[in-house]
Amino acid sequence: MTRRTHVRKRYWNEPEMGWYEKAYLPEILKGLAITGGVFLRNMAKWMTGKKGALTTYYPEETRWDYARGNRGKHVLVQRPDGSPQCIACNLCATVCPAKVIEIEAAFDPADAAHPKYPARFEIDYSRCVFCGLCVEACPEDAIRMEKEVPTLPSPDRHVMWLGKEELLAWKPARDAAKPYPGRPAGDKDRP
Amino acid sequence: MLADLLVSVLFIVYAISVLMGFGTILTWVERKQAAVMADRIGANRAYIRIPGTQVKLVWWGLFHGMADGLKMLVKEDWKPRTYDWYAYAVAPWVVFTPVLLVFAVIPFGGTLHPAHLWAPLAGFFGDKSYPMQIATLDGGLLIIFAFSGMTIIGAMLAGWSSSNKFALLGALRAGSQMISYELVLGLTLLGLILIYGTVNLDAMVRHQSGTVLGFLPAWGIVYQPFAATLFLTAAIAENKRIPFDLPEAESELIAGYYTEYSAMKMGLFMFAEFIEIAIIGALFTTFFLGGYNLPYMNDAGFAFPGGGTAALPHGAVVVTQMVTFLAKVFLLCSFQILIRWSLPRFRYDQVLMFAWKFMFPLALANLVITAVVMWALGK
Repeated sequence: MTRRTHVRKRYWNEPEMGWYEKAYLPEILKGLAITGGVFLRNMAKWMTGKKGALTTYYPEETRWDYARGNRGKHVLVQRPDGSPQCIACNLCATVCPAKVIEIEAAFDPADAAHPKYPARFEIDYSRCVFCGLCVEACPEDAIRMEKEVPTLPSPDRHVMWLGKEELLAWKPARDAAKPYPGRPAGDKDRP
Repeated sequence: MLADLLVSVLFIVYAISVLMGFGTILTWVERKQAAVMADRIGANRAYIRIPGTQVKLVWWGLFHGMADGLKMLVKEDWKPRTYDWYAYAVAPWVVFTPVLLVFAVIPFGGTLHPAHLWAPLAGFFGDKSYPMQIATLDGGLLIIFAFSGMTIIGAMLAGWSSSNKFALLGALRAGSQMISYELVLGLTLLGLILIYGTVNLDAMVRHQSGTVLGFLPAWGIVYQPFAATLFLTAAIAENKRIPFDLPEAESELIAGYYTEYSAMKMGLFMFAEFIEIAIIGALFTTFFLGGYNLPYMNDAGFAFPGGGTAALPHGAVVVTQMVTFLAKVFLLCSFQILIRWSLPRFRYDQVLMFAWKFMFPLALANLVITAVVMWALGK
């Protein structure tokens, strides 16, 4: 049995090197000039007090160009009276793949329209994957996401467990996405 | 006698602190330079907090070297059930020690004349002068080759005693690669020996302090630009760094011949590599860049090509020479790091092909041409 030596396949668009490329050194020097030039340029920027990098020094410094639809920190949408729009149906906690949402429902006989409300609503951001499924699942549009994660990053995981008060801290003057219908005339029951 | 001992101890302490300093600083330089070259910020999270306050000293990430060292010291010293525990334990030191020893013959300054430095010192030192290198050996170059050749043994020992296939493959690669490039390294320097007529490194440096063609400093790189390029390439290959890091190619061999090493033993391999960068810089400076001298400078002061001279006090000369040497070495280290972050890795057959079919003939041709020219000039 004879074995033929391996012949490498030649492709029609295979680049051909001229003598200049084959001499190797000039091309290497060209490459070094490019990388060295980038180094010197960035170094000059750092030396003169400007920033010579495209990356950011993350939690202290954040990018300005977060996308409009970026999924960041959660907010609990409020009714005009400041109570959470959440009806504690637990759909978000059920759909959550990281199982970070904990809701403790409570009953409020005074509010006939929304008798069930969350006594506790907590999100463990040390495990949250920011997938946005909770926002999709919510039937009441009660949970949304900001585009940023302000003050979230921390070296201590125990401070990353946010409760209802922090999530309700978001106070938009006017909710453009879904304006809450004004109070119907003659509704005197609710505060 | 006591004076000689004191000066020797001083030189040794200086040399070791320079090498260790370079080893530590270069870990930082490598990270930061790579980051700046790639438009990044680079490692800067390690800090030292002043006790009792919330003031955190970051200093551009300079403390990352300390953090690394601490991590390596407190890490578990994991050992495989090796075939040969003795070779396993000895190998990092066989790699590390010769790297330090090479520096013994490199002159890091001109001649130190304590009596000229400060008159009252004459009472203790007399009228003696000391060349600023640890061992003033006539065969300095041979010592360098002898010691730098020994690191191969360490790499082979490490790979073999780990009883790991990746480690063994890495060791085999390291062995064949380092032997090939050692040859090129030797051949490139033979041309210099022909020109300088000596293998004493201090004499080589003194030979480079004049001028050639009236204005160029008589550096080795002017006489032998070709040999300088080949030497630097072969030296980087000898140090097993990218683009010649085949013995440690992470994507193929995990970590090559030190795959089975952990904690400070692994740290020794890394540290030896970083110190060797500085050693290569020092060797290149000594052979090709005029050593510790600035252009047109000698032990008395400056002698400019136009004929003008400027005498310097002895203390200024000594300090200038030491600083010049360090600056040249540092620039060369930076250049090696630039190469390391610019070029992609060779394939293994290309590495050996490059050594034997490209660099070896070129080095031989360079040597032959040098010899013929020297013969024609009647030297």
